[in-house]
Amino acid sequence: MTAISDRRQLAYIAAQAADARVNVELEAEGMTLNIGPQHPATHGTLRIVARLDGEQVIEADPVMGYMHRGYEKLTEVRTYPQVTTLINRIDWLGSFANEVPFILAAEQLMDIEAPPRARHIRTIFFEMARIANITLFLGDMGVQLGAVSPIFYAFRDREHILNQIESATGGRFHPNFDRIGGVKDDLPAGWIAETKQSLDRIRSFCDEMEDLLVGNEIFQARCRGIGVIPADIGLSYGLSGANIRASGVDWDIRRDNPHPGLAYPDVDWKVWTHPDGDSFARYWVRLQEVRESCSIVEQLLDSIPSGPIMAKVPRIIKVPEGEAYVETENPLGIMGYYVVSQGGLEPFRVKIRSASFSNMSISPWLLKGTYVPDVITILASLYFILGDIDR
Amino acid sequence: MPSEADTDTTEETVVTDEAREALLEALTSEFGDAIVDTHLQPGQDLWIRVRTESWADTASYLHERQRFRYFNWLSAIDWLPSPFGRSLDAEVDNILTPPDAAEAEPQQHGVCGGETRFQVLARVHSLTTNLGLTIKADVAGSDEASDLSVGTWTHEYPGASWHEREVSEMFGIGFEGHPGLRKLYLPGSFEGFPMRKDFPLLARLVKPWPGIVDVEPMPEVEEPEAKEPAAPSTENVEADGSGE
Repeated sequence: MTAISDRRQLAYIAAQAADARVNVELEAEGMTLNIGPQHPATHGTLRIVARLDGEQVIEADPVMGYMHRGYEKLTEVRTYPQVTTLINRIDWLGSFANEVPFILAAEQLMDIEAPPRARHIRTIFFEMARIANITLFLGDMGVQLGAVSPIFYAFRDREHILNQIESATGGRFHPNFDRIGGVKDDLPAGWIAETKQSLDRIRSFCDEMEDLLVGNEIFQARCRGIGVIPADIGLSYGLSGANIRASGVDWDIRRDNPHPGLAYPDVDWKVWTHPDGDSFARYWVRLQEVRESCSIVEQLLDSIPSGPIMAKVPRIIKVPEGEAYVETENPLGIMGYYVVSQGGLEPFRVKIRSASFSNMSISPWLLKGTYVPDVITILASLYFILGDIDR
Repeated sequence: MPSEADTDTTEETVVTDEAREALLEALTSEFGDAIVDTHLQPGQDLWIRVRTESWADTASYLHERQRFRYFNWLSAIDWLPSPFGRSLDAEVDNILTPPDAAEAEPQQHGVCGGETRFQVLARVHSLTTNLGLTIKADVAGSDEASDLSVGTWTHEYPGASWHEREVSEMFGIGFEGHPGLRKLYLPGSFEGFPMRKDFPLLARLVKPWPGIVDVEPMPEVEEPEAKEPAAPSTENVEADGSGE
C-alpha cells in the first residue's frame, strides 16, 4: 500500500513540476478550470488551477499567497507582548488558540509557570475557541454541499460562545487575552453559569447537525468515500487534528503531549477517531470533538481553583537566550511556534507551524482523479482557514 | 551534552528523558560522525545537528529506521545579526540596547551551535515513541542563492515540498532533487529573499514604529519628559504592548 502510493505520488510530483505553471492553458490538452481566488468554497482567497479531462481533475495546483502577510518577518520587530496581537489573526475563527502556544514557548524560555487558576482559564478559552471555530465548520460543510440552512444555525449558536468570550475578554474574535505568566483578567461574576447555558445551546446544535446532515442521505452520498486519505500518506504530509484522526490515527496532543501550561491532565474526555478517512469521517470526528470540548469546558468550570491569575513577571519582558518549540492541538490541527531568542525584547526568529498549511499541502495529491463537484466537498472537509495557510 | 540531573524532580520527566536518551543513543550510534552536535533539554526537547552532506540521508534514516513517520515542518534561520539593529523601532523603545550597540553584535548561533550564516532545521515526530525531534544542518556557501543548497526531503516526506518551496523563496536556499522549486507565496517576479535579516522591512523604514510616543500620560503622572529613555517608559511599554 505504502510503496505503491509513494511511487504514484513521486510520479505525480514530477509530472506536476514539468508543466504546472499558472498559465497552463497553452500546453494543457484538456480544459483548465480556475477555481478561485474568489470562490465561495475557498473561505478566502485560495486559487486552485485544475486541469480537467471531462469532469475529472487530472491535476490540481493550489496557488497561494493572496493573503500572505509575512508574520514571521513582522514578529522580529515586535516585542513579545506585541506579537500576541499579531498572531491572533492567523486562524481568525479560533483566535485565542493562536496565542497560547506562543505564550507557552515564551514562558518555557523564561522559566515561568502560570498559576493553576490561569492555566484553567487559559484552557477554558482555548476550548471555547475550538467550539466557536468548529461550530462554523459544521454548518459550513452543509452549505458547500447545497444545504443552506445549517450555516444559519451555526452562526446563531456560535454567537452564544462568542458573547461569552467577549464578556470575559472584551474581544469577540481577537481576545488578545493570554499573557506571559498568566491571563489578563479574572472571569467576571456570573460568567460560569452563563457559559454553561451557552454550552447547552452548542450541544443541542450538535444534535441538530446530527439530524440535519449526518443522517441525511444526500449528505452521506456526497461525502462517503470522497477524498480518502490513508493514514501513512496523511502522516508524511504532516496532516494533523481531526483530519488525521479521521484516518484512524489515535493521536491528540492534548492527551499525548500535554504542555504543563494547560490544564488538560485535570480533565477526562475521549479522543474520537474514525477508520474511513473520507470526507464524512472528517465531519463526524469534528462533530464529536465539539461535544467533547463542551464537556472539557464544563469540567474545567466546575473545578476551577482559586488563586492568582498572574505569575511574577518583570515589567519589561526580556526573554533569555535559547530556543523552544511548543505545539498545541488547535481547532484546525497542530499549531506550533519555534521561538529563537537572543536575549532581547523581541524574538530573533519565529517559525510558525500552522495547521492549515500542512493540511492543504496534501491537496494536489488528494484532488487528483476526483470529480469537480467533489473538489468542493474535499476542500470543505479538510477545513482550512486562509490566514492559517498564508500566515 | 548537558546532564539531565540538574532540574528534574517529578518522576514523569525522568521517564521522558530516558526515552529521549535512548533515541539519542540510537541516533549517534547509527550516524557516527555525521552528527556534529546534540542537545537534550530534559523533559522538553531534543536537538541534533548533522553535517550538510547528511541532511537528506537523515530523513530516510529517521523515516525508515526510527519510525519518525510524521513530518511536522521544515524551515531555516538566518543567523546574521540584523544590520538595521533596533533602529527599526522608535528611539524611546531602545531602553535596553542603544542602536549603536546592536551594530557590533557578533553572529551567534543557538542550540547546537553552527558555523554558517544559514541553517536549515526540520522537525519530525514519532507516533510509536511519541517524541519529537528537531534536526539542524549548516548551509555553507556565499550568500548567492545559486550557491546555497542542501538535499531535499520530499522523497521520504512529500509534505516537505511546500515547506521547501517556502524556504527557497524566503531565504534563497536551494533543495537538490526537489521536483518543482517554484515560488509558493510570492509573485514570480519578486526579487530578493524577504526572510533574510538584511532584507529591510520597508514599512518600518518608511515610517518608524511610533512606540510609546502616542501614549498620553495618566492624569496623576506628573512627568512630562516622555522622551527620556530611562524611567517613565517602563510603565508605558507594557501598556502599549498589550493594547492596540
